[in-house]
Amino acid sequence: MSKKQLTPPLSDADVENLQIGDQVFITGTIYTARDAAHKRLVELLEEGKELPIDVKGQVIYYVGPTPAMPGQIIGSAGPTTSYRMDPYSPRLLAEGLKCMIGKGTRSKEVKDAIKEQKGVYLAAVGGAAALIAKSIKKAEIVAYPDLGAEAIRKLEVQDFPAIVVNDCHGGDLYEEGVRKYKK
Amino acid sequence: MRSINYDKIVMEMAKLCRDANYFLGDDVKNAYDRALAEEESPTGKEIIEQIKENTEIARTEEVPMCQDTGVAVVFLEMGQDVTVEGGGLYDAINEGVAEGYTSGYLRKSMVEHPFRRKNTGDNTPAIIHTKVVSGDKLKITVAPKGAGSENMSSINMMAPAAGEEGAKEFIIDAVRKAGPNPCPPIVVGVGIGGNFEKAALLAKESLLRPVGQPSKDEEIAKMEHEILDKIKRLGIGPQGLGGTSTALAVHIEVYPCHIASLPVAVNINCHATRHKSIVL
Repeated sequence: MSKKQLTPPLSDADVENLQIGDQVFITGTIYTARDAAHKRLVELLEEGKELPIDVKGQVIYYVGPTPAMPGQIIGSAGPTTSYRMDPYSPRLLAEGLKCMIGKGTRSKEVKDAIKEQKGVYLAAVGGAAALIAKSIKKAEIVAYPDLGAEAIRKLEVQDFPAIVVNDCHGGDLYEEGVRKYKK
Repeated sequence: MRSINYDKIVMEMAKLCRDANYFLGDDVKNAYDRALAEEESPTGKEIIEQIKENTEIARTEEVPMCQDTGVAVVFLEMGQDVTVEGGGLYDAINEGVAEGYTSGYLRKSMVEHPFRRKNTGDNTPAIIHTKVVSGDKLKITVAPKGAGSENMSSINMMAPAAGEEGAKEFIIDAVRKAGPNPCPPIVVGVGIGGNFEKAALLAKESLLRPVGQPSKDEEIAKMEHEILDKIKRLGIGPQGLGGTSTALAVHIEVYPCHIASLPVAVNINCHATRHKSIVL
């Protein structure tokens, strides 16, 4: 387990450098999207239309924050459970998406796509929503404002904390970690 | 007949929703400390530290500890000698939920239809469970429940022959299958007996107990302890990244049941086991 800095957009080499268990700190631009936004993005791709955001080399964070209080940049913003995005993620990875941040296990299809397309899946600490919000310095809705908490937001983050769960080498920390501590 | 004012219920309900989402109970914080002391994985320890820090930020800054501020699950214990003046009780509860989720900057997560999925905009309707009891008081408890853990819950109408061992196996298996998804370290709520809906409700009610408080039934308390020990050996750990603190507690509630039934329901709660009560 080592500590690494990540600055999107990410290259193949950036992703290849990551191993399961690495603690990463992201600084720069990331995007938010949950199931409703994913559904729309993939529908656009299937219709051959352009996406409202360019996903090449980018990071998508699965989050639906609480409303910002007066003076706040964003409300509490912890990760949501990732499997709900599984039906859509391989398509976005094929489009050049490099990194996904959420919590919980991914499907075999997503893990295979992570290997083939050289991507990475990170876990943020579920429920550490007030703490994670501290690393978000700017937030702006860039697509689907009608989705409210589920709209696509562009976030500027500084030292956003996450842990590598599925690397492009086929590693899976959920499996490895459990194996290590099972009695 | 004593009466309670409608507006008073609205105001108290709104405050309960905000407080439950900002201020985690000492019972849960003490459970974090026990988990931190026992955890064997360095990553696991780091995660519990982050969860503790998060709880402190939420408390001092009065912000939601988790962005999933949940469905407002409300338990009412209504004294049979008390009445509500100025409107309906359930209307007051729902108005309080709407007010609390709006003024408290809590996320509105309710959609009006399971397929059409349009957000209701104020987190109503609440899910309300009512018991009529003796006396002239009204006890209101709110337990905001996030979907990450709720979605990992399950029920099994077992054959009575499965017995205690079968029930234990089913409970442990539910936790194994849930893995990292319900945000471990979790609290495992279990309802055994009754019928289909009673078992589910018992499981939910068991989560209202102070975290780690054993059942008053000695045999059941022993069963809770045994199951917790086995869950810790699954290796899932904090956030499912490996470790020993997979669950903070197992709470079991039981009820009489039909000669041919053994219903077992498991309702999982994340590490942010939120519940706040008031007696009016």
